[in-house]
Amino acid sequence: MSPDQRVRPAHPHVIDVGETGLRETNRALQASDGTGRFLLTDPRGAHALAVGLASPDEVVIDGPTGYYTAGMNDGAHVTVNGNVGVGVAENMMSGTVRVNGSASQSAGATAHGGLLVISGDAGARCGISMKGVDIVVGGSIGHMSCFMGQAGRLVVLGDAGDALGDSLYEVHIYVRGRVASLGADCVEKDLRPEHHAELAELLDRAGVTDVTTDEFRRYGSARTLYTFDVDNAAAY
Amino acid sequence: MCGIVGLHLRDPDLEPRLGDMLTTMLGEMTDRGSDSAGVAVYGNTDWTPPGSATVTVLADGEDAQVLAARVSARLAAAVSGRELGATVLLSAEVDVDALATAVRTAAPEVVLVGLGTELAVLKGVGLPRELAAGFGLPGVSGWQGVGHTRMATESAVTPAGSHPFSVGPDQCIVHNGSFSNHASVRRAMARRDIHCDTLNDTEVAARFVAEQIALGAGIDEALEEMAGVLDGFYTLLVSTAEEFAVVRDPIACKPAVIAETEQYVAMASEYRAMAHLPGIAGAHLYEPEPGRVYHWHR
Repeated sequence: MSPDQRVRPAHPHVIDVGETGLRETNRALQASDGTGRFLLTDPRGAHALAVGLASPDEVVIDGPTGYYTAGMNDGAHVTVNGNVGVGVAENMMSGTVRVNGSASQSAGATAHGGLLVISGDAGARCGISMKGVDIVVGGSIGHMSCFMGQAGRLVVLGDAGDALGDSLYEVHIYVRGRVASLGADCVEKDLRPEHHAELAELLDRAGVTDVTTDEFRRYGSARTLYTFDVDNAAAY
Repeated sequence: MCGIVGLHLRDPDLEPRLGDMLTTMLGEMTDRGSDSAGVAVYGNTDWTPPGSATVTVLADGEDAQVLAARVSARLAAAVSGRELGATVLLSAEVDVDALATAVRTAAPEVVLVGLGTELAVLKGVGLPRELAAGFGLPGVSGWQGVGHTRMATESAVTPAGSHPFSVGPDQCIVHNGSFSNHASVRRAMARRDIHCDTLNDTEVAARFVAEQIALGAGIDEALEEMAGVLDGFYTLLVSTAEEFAVVRDPIACKPAVIAETEQYVAMASEYRAMAHLPGIAGAHLYEPEPGRVYHWHR
């Protein structure tokens, strides 16, 4: 995983989170110049790990983490080998966050950019109010996902829970499995050639190789709730 | 907030370590609520002697031996008393109802917070780790345990307002969240002659579930019935002498993580409460789906 062309040391700098403590760990990561490689061990479900990173360092976290992992990420490439808690990559601006496991609710919430890849399932409200991030979920997502999604792309290889894309703006949603129900103003749309290309590029960046774009359906905003219309009052 | 933890052991070899594991789980959840805490332990032969019924009471500082003597006189049977923090355990070789009735009659001023043949309920005000140490929890054995760290939202910060709430024999509820219509449900239950000891919202849920179980419902039915009557945001952990069950509210506002291995089922508000458990790296870890009752039998 080296999306940028920086030269990094061959061996990662190992930080035992249990011994070093959360603040010192985050301080060391935040102080890096963007050429660092870090391996964080023994995270023990800690909250707010690897947050506020503003350089393109590589960070691998070996084990499950708690809330807001890699929050506010701006350029770093963070991989978690384990499950993550609520709000992974919340408000990410750029960079990548990969979760080799499942995520709790509100994954990628309000994120403006970058790529979030979750190999397992994501809980409720995945991509809530997303503002430009790309999210690829290998498993299924929970209810109210992409609620008020404003920009970016959400790709789901499994199923989606109830009220997908409620009050959606401009996010492109691609789901391979079953959608329990669509939220207000979210509709199924045609998958035109440009969408096949977009989806293929996202799957490629996420490292998904064993599926074709034909297997997905596309959902988006009907745009009837974009501006207030009293005739739509019941739908708000 | 509030934090809940629970451990249902499948491997008897782990039983001597139950209290130790539960203590660490509880301590890890201090950040979710540090005003008071409580635990319930099933199957500790020291706290709940086999062949006896045990009632847990809050006796407001009254000496355990004096209280045991008062109950013993009413019951015409030997009653042993044991003080653990703010709680007193009273045990006797009679059936549970007989002991509970004798306690209520002989000492109407105490608050009965647990009853059964396998269950000891310990509650207090203060930091979870300090309370656990005061109970002697790290050294105790058992086959199942639940715990709670409280950030009080409904009712006062008192030992009686701490979880777990145990109002039916060998039953316990710990709750992470809040019920919004507990006052009206409490009034409706009072009309059915079911009365609460506290103004706590969780006690209402505990009494509602206990009523359903007493009417013959299984744990799934009891919790489904409760979900139809009590509104709110909740993750509930419900335990009996046979079962261990988890349910979240229908929109899953409150957190819950379950870890299953061949040795145990563990549940907590957050993963970090389970990070120290043996074999956790190989556990099946997942979040329960909203509105679905998960349960395990002994």
